[in-house]
Amino acid sequence: MTSPAEQLQAFMQRVPYIRFLGMQAELAGDEMTAILPPSQRLIGNTFIPALHGGVIGAFLEMTALAQLSVAEPARRLPKTIDVTIEYLRPGRGGLTSYARADLRKVGRRIANVHVEAWQDDRDKPFAALRGHFLLSSDS
Amino acid sequence: MSDVPEAFREIAERMVQVTPQAAALGMRFVSVSPARGSLDVPWREDLVGDPDTGVIAGGVVTTLLDHTCGLAMAAAAGTEPFSTATLDLRIDYMRAAAPRTGVVCEAHCYKITRSIGFVRAEAWDVDRSDLVATAQAAFILNRPNP
Repeated sequence: MTSPAEQLQAFMQRVPYIRFLGMQAELAGDEMTAILPPSQRLIGNTFIPALHGGVIGAFLEMTALAQLSVAEPARRLPKTIDVTIEYLRPGRGGLTSYARADLRKVGRRIANVHVEAWQDDRDKPFAALRGHFLLSSDS
Repeated sequence: MSDVPEAFREIAERMVQVTPQAAALGMRFVSVSPARGSLDVPWREDLVGDPDTGVIAGGVVTTLLDHTCGLAMAAAAGTEPFSTATLDLRIDYMRAAAPRTGVVCEAHCYKITRSIGFVRAEAWDVDRSDLVATAQAAFILNRPNP
């Protein structure tokens, strides 16, 4: 038996693209916080400077997948079906970003997940994602 | 294609070189025409999302779609300088890309107002008639004061 924390770290280390982003994750009970430390290569707008909109979307999507890996350890990597990303304010390039996923519904085949990301103030999220993920039962 | 000034084509090519995240992904300029743009990302080991299959990560496709939508916006706005930010981006993933294969994207800014641009984009790996993902996005446009 692997613990949820081991399950999460295994997921984080397995995916090359997570290392490309420099993304990390911490687990407190069953609540996971994803962490994206600032990095020059994640910048999309050098004038502000701000994180690339695609990086923000990818960070939110990987947060959803990481939380699903904790909640559904027996399953294979879920497939993303669709995501809607809302950009609320710029993701400032010099700050660490955090995100938490809320598994709204995990059914037999489909999971509906909401994710919110913030930087210095939890009450001022800079982006949010709603998405559907296809779960596969074969392990 | 001939409707796009050569100077703008150079700006479009620079857009992928000077944006740190686009450069980090190895993003390449493909083409630009009025209100349309095309970019691609070649496959690379460190961009893989599923090590069991070697398929490029969905996040790479997300960033490529977002960036190509930005290029289409620039191509619709013409040579007038402006900055842009994504308001919302909806992506449908039809299927995983083929293993060890890069992704191409084309975006079309089909409506632009003084403050908002509406863009659709398609991404594929090998065959344009067999899409990997589609996107629908809205961008806010910050034009300099008249």
